[in-house]
Amino acid sequence: MSVAIASELTCRELVELVTDYFEDRLSTDENRRFELHVCSCTGCRAYLAQMRAVVRVAGRLAERDLPAAVREDLLQTFRAWKRA
Amino acid sequence: MVGHFEPLLSPELESGSTGHEASPRERAERGEAHLIEALRRGDESAFSRLVDLHHNSMVRVARLYVGTAAAAEEVAQEAWLGVLQGLARFEGRCTLKAWIFAIVANCAKSRGARDRRTVPLSSLAQDDDGGPSVDPERFLDDGHPRWPGHWSQPPDAWDEDALVSRETLEAIAAAMEQLPPMQRAVMTMRDVEGLGSDETCQVLAISEANQRVLLHRARSKVRKALESYLHEGEVSP
Repeated sequence: MSVAIASELTCRELVELVTDYFEDRLSTDENRRFELHVCSCTGCRAYLAQMRAVVRVAGRLAERDLPAAVREDLLQTFRAWKRA
Repeated sequence: MVGHFEPLLSPELESGSTGHEASPRERAERGEAHLIEALRRGDESAFSRLVDLHHNSMVRVARLYVGTAAAAEEVAQEAWLGVLQGLARFEGRCTLKAWIFAIVANCAKSRGARDRRTVPLSSLAQDDDGGPSVDPERFLDDGHPRWPGHWSQPPDAWDEDALVSRETLEAIAAAMEQLPPMQRAVMTMRDVEGLGSDETCQVLAISEANQRVLLHRARSKVRKALESYLHEGEVSP
């Protein structure tokens, strides 16, 4: 058993490969070892879910309304550009 | 939970295309082509729509380069003029958003050259520490007889309700503020603005490999900060 484990990814190694995994930059072999590990490891599954959550929540930072005064300023810029 | 293009779809559905419908990005690009045409004809409502779509993002990008929120707002306003003047030359070889961001970056850099209080991002490209993504104390020793390198303190599943709260959003924004500038820039482009890696590399003038390392470090640190935030108030063992 310990021989088999030596060739597998450890959790410590896996957390360094998460972005490469998301970006599809792992080799076929690395990718297989990554997914094999995640299948059998609750901790790493939770870790992956957390990293996905980080990306998802960061995406929500883009939601914000535009102040009316800013829009008005920009429309003035636009009208000036159109006249020019 | 809520993506900024397609609020009704879960992220799993967003990434898995059905093959029948255009992806949010494809739809956005198609919409973009119409807007650009209208804008070239001088259509003010098209301009207004573009402002809605991109102005806040432009301020966020400008803020990566300049020291204050007010300066970032000025850079974004100046960049709009650059966008209007450059419109005739836009050929759609990248997305409109990436093209606009490149104009913002240029405006911010030339402002940086004029204004000593601003921070030229390019000079901070080597802002790294290179530490591990997770505190080494959370893993068992490599010499552990049965589970070398395995979690000793594994992460917990996060509560979905807590994740969608405004406070969590503020915590993540604060964590991103603490990142070294290039890590913050890459994570802003990729995860907040939704740019692809190729576009992010173009706008920030970095290599794909470098971009990926910066993104990994940024996300890992933000995860760690969010973990501390979400576990705050819990009684530590």
